[in-house]
Amino acid sequence: MVAREFLKSLGVSLWFMVLTFPLVVVRVNTIENTIQWRWVNLAVVGVGAFVLSALWRWALARRENMQRSADARGGRGALRPWESAAWVRPLGAGLLVIFLAIPWFVSTYQTNILISFFLYVMLGIGLNIVVGVAGLLFLGYAAFYAIGAYAYALLNHYFGWGFWTVLPIGGVLAAVAGVLLAFPVLRLRGDYLAIVTLGFGEIVRLVLENWSALTGGPSGISNIDRPGLFGQEMTVAGTNIYIYYIVFVAAVLTLVVAERLKDSRVGRALQALREDEVACQAMGIDRVTVKLMAFGLGTAWAGFAGVIFAAKTTFINPASFTFFESAIILSIVVLGGMGSNWGVILGAAFLVLLPEYMRAFSEYRMILFAAAMVLMMVFRPQGMIPARSKQYRIVDRELELSGE
Amino acid sequence: MKGKISSFVVAGGKQIELVVQDDQCKPELATNAATKLVSDGAKVVIGHICSGATKAALPIYTEAKVMVISPSATNPELTQSGQYPTFFRTIASDDAQAKLGVDFAIGKLGAKKIAVLHDKGDYGKGYAEFAKKFIEEGGKAQIVLFEGITPGAVDYSAVVQKIRQSGADTVMFGGYHPEASKLVSQIKKKRIEVHFISDDGVKDDTFIKVAGKDAEGVYASGPKDVSGLALNKQAIEAHKAMFGTDPGAFFDSAYAAMLAAVNAVAKAGSTDFDAMAKVMRSEKVDTPVGTIKFDARGDAEGVGFSMYRVQNGKYVEMK
Amino acid sequence: MDVQYFFELFLSGLTRGSIYALIAIGYTMVYGIIELINFAHGEIYMIGAFTGLIVAGILGTMGFPLPAILVLAVLVSMIYCAGYGYTIEKIAYKPLRQAGRLSPLISAIGMSLFLQNYVILVQTSDFVPFPSLIPEFAFLEPIAHIFASSDFLIVVVSAVLMAGLTLFIKYTKMGKAMRATAQNRKMAMLLGVDADRVISVTFIIGSALAAVGGVLIASHVGMVNFAVGFLAGIKAFTAAVLGGIGSLPGAMLGGLFLGLSESFGAGYISSDYEDVFAFSLLVIFLIFRPSGIMGKAKVEKV
Repeated sequence: MVAREFLKSLGVSLWFMVLTFPLVVVRVNTIENTIQWRWVNLAVVGVGAFVLSALWRWALARRENMQRSADARGGRGALRPWESAAWVRPLGAGLLVIFLAIPWFVSTYQTNILISFFLYVMLGIGLNIVVGVAGLLFLGYAAFYAIGAYAYALLNHYFGWGFWTVLPIGGVLAAVAGVLLAFPVLRLRGDYLAIVTLGFGEIVRLVLENWSALTGGPSGISNIDRPGLFGQEMTVAGTNIYIYYIVFVAAVLTLVVAERLKDSRVGRALQALREDEVACQAMGIDRVTVKLMAFGLGTAWAGFAGVIFAAKTTFINPASFTFFESAIILSIVVLGGMGSNWGVILGAAFLVLLPEYMRAFSEYRMILFAAAMVLMMVFRPQGMIPARSKQYRIVDRELELSGE
Repeated sequence: MKGKISSFVVAGGKQIELVVQDDQCKPELATNAATKLVSDGAKVVIGHICSGATKAALPIYTEAKVMVISPSATNPELTQSGQYPTFFRTIASDDAQAKLGVDFAIGKLGAKKIAVLHDKGDYGKGYAEFAKKFIEEGGKAQIVLFEGITPGAVDYSAVVQKIRQSGADTVMFGGYHPEASKLVSQIKKKRIEVHFISDDGVKDDTFIKVAGKDAEGVYASGPKDVSGLALNKQAIEAHKAMFGTDPGAFFDSAYAAMLAAVNAVAKAGSTDFDAMAKVMRSEKVDTPVGTIKFDARGDAEGVGFSMYRVQNGKYVEMK
Repeated sequence: MDVQYFFELFLSGLTRGSIYALIAIGYTMVYGIIELINFAHGEIYMIGAFTGLIVAGILGTMGFPLPAILVLAVLVSMIYCAGYGYTIEKIAYKPLRQAGRLSPLISAIGMSLFLQNYVILVQTSDFVPFPSLIPEFAFLEPIAHIFASSDFLIVVVSAVLMAGLTLFIKYTKMGKAMRATAQNRKMAMLLGVDADRVISVTFIIGSALAAVGGVLIASHVGMVNFAVGFLAGIKAFTAAVLGGIGSLPGAMLGGLFLGLSESFGAGYISSDYEDVFAFSLLVIFLIFRPSGIMGKAKVEKV
C-alpha cells in the first residue's frame, strides 16, 4: 500500500520535472545569446511535486469519504464558538474598540494599510451580494469601483463638489450602472454572464483610458480634494485618520446591511433563486426585479468604495481598475467563503495585511492566491468560513407522532 | 520597472540616514510610501521614479514641506503647474523632448507630413500630444495621422498600412521600446520609407538588440551624452566597485539628485526646506549630468536632451 | 474608396483572424465537450511562446539553421503545451465535474492567474525579445510590402491545421467519440466511450494548437511577456462566441470575422478603440445572439 503510494508520487514528481523543465530550469537571453541553467529549481519542483501529490491524493480520498458520510449536514452541525450569542456581542464590541483606537497608536503608514484593508472589505462584501448570495459570477467588478472613483474625481475636478456631496452620488451611479448592465444579461447562463461582465469591465476601463478630453486618459486626474471636516484645515496624518474612520464606518455599515439583507425578503428570494429558478417562479417570486436588486445592491458598495479610494489617494488613473483588480476582489470572496461576510473579512486580511507583515510572503502572494483559488474550488468550495443558512425549527406534534 | 525611492533623514551630527521604500510605480502604493517616509521624519526624498506615482505622492510632501528630487519623473505638469513648490528634478521634462523631436523633424529632416503615434500610456501619450501641439503651432508641417496603438496586440499591420495610406514622411512615436521595435520592424517589413523619431523610452540599447537591423536610422531623443564627464565616470566606477554590476537606468540623474541634495543640506546648515531650496536655486553643483542649478519651478538648468541616431547598432549623438 | 488600401487591410485582418481562429479552437472544443470556459487557455498560448523561445535559444547557440529551429521550436512547444493542458485538466477541472457551473469557472480563473505568476517567478516579468524565426520567402518578395512571409506562414499553417483537425474529427474513431461526448456524455459513456480519455485528448489537441499560435505570433511580433495570453485569450474567446461556441467551423469563421472587423475598424476609424470594438462585439453577441453566427440556438434545459 505504502509502496504503491510512493510509486505514484514518484511518477507524478517525474512528470512535473519533465513538464516544467524548460521554463523552470532554462533561462535564455536571446539578446546576448546566453543560456542560464538553474538545476536547483528542478530539485525543488521534484521534491515539491512528490510531497504535494501525496497530499493531493490524501485530500481527494478524504473528500470522497466526506461526501459518502455526509448525511446532508450542510449548514448545520454545531455552532462555531464565535457564533453563539454569548460570544458574538463581546467579540464584536472588542473588535470595534480595537479598530476605533488603532489609528492613534500606529504610524500614518500603518493606518494607510488598514484603509486599504477596509476598502477591500467593502468591495468584497459588495461583490459577495452578487456572487455569494445571488450566485451570479461577476468578473468586471472593478468597473464599478472605477465609476465611483471617477465620479468623485470628475465632479470634484470640474465643479469643485465636495466629498460628502459625491459620496451618495457615486454609490447611486454605480448602482444604476449595475442595474443597467443587469437588464440585458439576466437571461444569460452563469458562465456567459461572467464573460459579459468581464467585457463590460474592460470597456469601461478602455473608455476611461481613451477619452482623454474628459478623464485625462492614462495620465489620470490628480489633486482630488480630501474629505473636509466642517471646513477645518488638517495635516496629512490627521486627514488620514479621518479617512480611516470614514472607511471604517463605511465598512461596518456595509457589513451590517449585507448581513441584514441575507435574512430579508429580497435576500431569501435571491438565495432561493440561486438554488432553483424554476421553483421560485412557481412560488411567485419575480425573478427579474429580485436579480436587478441584487446587482444594484452589490455594485453600490463598489461606488462608495471608489469615492473613498479617490479621496484617499488624491490621484487616480485607469491602471487601478484592471481585470486583475476584479480578479483579486473575486479571490477574496472565494477564499473567504461565497455568501459569508465574515469570510470576506478574513479573505481581505489575508490579501492586504499578510503581504504587508510578511515580506517573504509578498513575492509569492499572487501565485499562492491563485493556487488557493483552485484548491478551494476542489476541496472546500464553501470557503474558509462557509456561509450558513438560517435554521428554522418546526415543532409539530402530529408529524412526530406519525413517525415521519 | 521598480520604483525605488530613497530619502534621508539628517540627524544631529550631519549623519545621513537612508530610508528606502518601493512604490512599484503604483499611485496607491506611492501615497503609502510617502506617508511612511514623512512619518519617519524624512527631510529629503530622492524619487519617485514614475510620473504618476510622483503626482500621487507630492501633495503629501508639499504639506509636510519635504524636498523631493526626482531623477526620472518627466511629466511637465509637475513643475509647470506650480502646485508642487517642494518638487525638483534632475531630468528635463517631456515637452522639451517633444519640442526637440518636432524641431529636428521639421528643421533637419524637412518633414512635411507627420504621423504621430503613441502607446496610450501616460508617458507616450503625453509626448504625442506635445508633439502635436508644437507641430500645429509651428505651422510648417501637417499632422496626417494621430493615433494610439494597443500594447500587447498580436499584430500592428493595420496601423502600419494606415501610415502608408496617410502619405506620411515622418513617424513620431511616444512610448517605450517594446512597441517601438514592433512598429519599426513592421514598417520595414511593409517596405515603407519613413523617418522614425521617438523619445527617451526608445533610446535604450534593448531596442536596437530587439529590432536588429530594422533599427538602423531610427532617431530617438535622450538625455545629453554625459559619459565624457569625469564625475560621471567616477560615479559609475564607484557603483561597480560597490555592487559589482553596471548601474541601471537613471543612475546618473539619481546620483546628481543626491549630490544636489547633500550640497543643499551642507550649505544651508539645516534641513529646513526654505534654506535648502534657496541653495538649490542659487548654487551650481557639479554632478554626473553636468553642472546644474535649479530654476524657480524646480527644473534643472543645464540638463537637456539631444537627438540620437542608430548607426551600426549603436545610438550616436547627433551634434 | 481606395481598393489597394482595402486589400491591405483585408490581408492584415486575415493574419489576425487566423491567429484568433487557431486559439479559438481550443476554447470551442473544450466548451463543446464539458461546457467550460477554459480561462487558462490564453496562458497555454503564452507558455507555448515561452517554450518556443527557450528551444530557439538553445538551438540558436548550437548553430542550427533557421527553418530547422522554427520547426523544432513549434514541435517541442506543442508537446509541452499538450502536457500542460492535460495536467491542468487533471488538477483544476476533473475533480469539479459534478460541481455546477461556477466552481469550475472560478477554478479556471485561478489557474490562469497561477500560470501567469508561475511564468513571472521562473522566467521574468519583463518583455522578452523573441528571435525572428520565420525566414523570408523569395517568392513573396513582389508583394512583401502588403503580405510578408510571416503573415503568409501564419495563414497557411492555420488553414492546414484546421483542415487536418476537421478531417480528424470527422473520420477517426477518436473524433467520433468526441462528437458523441459533446452531444450527450452520459449516453456516450453507456455506449463504451471513455469520457475521461476524450476530455484529455480534447485538452491536448486544443493546447497543442495554441502552442503553434504562440510560437508563430511571438516570432511575428518579436516579443513576448507573461501577460500576452490574457488579451489574446479574450479575443480568441470572442471569436469562438461570434462563430457559435462549440462549433469548429464557427471558430474559424468567428476568428476571421473578428480579425477583419478589428483591422477595418483600425484602418477606417481609429486604432485607439481597437479593443473596444472586440469587447463590444463580445457583449452584443452574448446578449442578443449567444449561439453565434453559426451555432444552433440551444434550448436551455430547465
